Amino acid sequence: MLVDLFTPWLKPVKAKLTTVSIPFYWVTNLPARLGEWGQDNLVSRDDLLRENASLKQQVMILERKLQGLASVTTDNVRLRELMNSADMVAEQVLVAQLIGVSPDPLVHKVIVDKGSRDDVYVGQPLLDAFGLMGQVVEVGPYVSQVLLITDSTHALPVEINRNGLRAVVEGVGDLEQLALRHVSNTMDVQEGDLVISSGLGGRFPRGYPVGVVKKVERNPGKPFADVFVEPRAHLNRTRHVLLVFRDDSLATEVEALEQ
Amino acid sequence: MAVRPHNRWIIIFSFVAALTFGVLPMPEEVSWLRPQFVVVVFIYWCLTLPQVVGVISAWLVGISVDIVNHNVLGQHALALVVVAYICLLSYQRIRSYLFWQQSMWVFVMVGINQLFVNWVHSLDGHSAHPQQFLLPALSSALLWPLLHTLLERMRVRYRVL
Repeated sequence: MLVDLFTPWLKPVKAKLTTVSIPFYWVTNLPARLGEWGQDNLVSRDDLLRENASLKQQVMILERKLQGLASVTTDNVRLRELMNSADMVAEQVLVAQLIGVSPDPLVHKVIVDKGSRDDVYVGQPLLDAFGLMGQVVEVGPYVSQVLLITDSTHALPVEINRNGLRAVVEGVGDLEQLALRHVSNTMDVQEGDLVISSGLGGRFPRGYPVGVVKKVERNPGKPFADVFVEPRAHLNRTRHVLLVFRDDSLATEVEALEQ
Repeated sequence: MAVRPHNRWIIIFSFVAALTFGVLPMPEEVSWLRPQFVVVVFIYWCLTLPQVVGVISAWLVGISVDIVNHNVLGQHALALVVVAYICLLSYQRIRSYLFWQQSMWVFVMVGINQLFVNWVHSLDGHSAHPQQFLLPALSSALLWPLLHTLLERMRVRYRVL
């Protein structure tokens, strides 16, 4: 036990052993899968038509936004080239599905259905459609474990979107709350500020939304203000998540956009 | 006369079922009330068949809990071994207790289990209040009469020896 806690010797063994646990999560996942299947297959034609129409509308709106973004992206890249910046990475994503959550309420970990077969690696960031969720901490052949940003052992470098103020956001073991650490009383943090990942430390990509500042308590008697952040990602509701790969394919993307 | 093993797969089956219930997703609000199914099932077998289920099987069961729950290897194994040792010391007395007395005893046993699990947890940075980590012990104690009846029926039906 102590060997496992304080040395890396058991890591490969544990990675192999995670495969053993898959059937258990598969079984406990059945009701959820059944529910999803029902939602997909047992709907009336009217509902489907309505959903289709609304999705088409949404695609239109998003495409219009994308047209605007295309020129902004190329502008941005050109400006960065002018500044000789190395910050030109685009990310590739892999869609994964949540198959289990840690049964221990103290540990905020989830299990996703992609492993080393899909080139998942330790330290890989995980997102959902709304924001950053966590990072991969253990990779098995078929599944991997992800530590959520709300776990009490997790910290993440961030910045405030409004003014670029850098800070560190820590989990406190509560799925609805994060804490912004070491923010002095005079720093410019307001309720409603969007907190995004700053990319410092090189583990998380820059610019993904992490959360929104919910409460700022400035107590003159304490050296730092208590700042609480509500995570943007739907940490206890999402089933479909994105694993982000880092690569340098933005250049080709820009070329494609320019044509 | 030596006892010939009979239908021992029932024991393994009950542990597998308990493990599966142990990882069933639960809503966040009640997740602290999840009974420790594996510990309760283990206590049952340890009380009824102490010659079959003992400290070594406690360690094996505990390790499989750690593997399935993705815990630190040995966390539940250590806790279950302690529970098994106390069970083996006192099974003759506990067998003669009434249901509610046994329930209280199960509360203490699962509480000891939780104590050890939480102790290892605090080594890797997570720790909980005693009021919190004793809640599973309470729900396990409430579950004991039900689970005991169920397993007893199964044992008699399949004549597990």
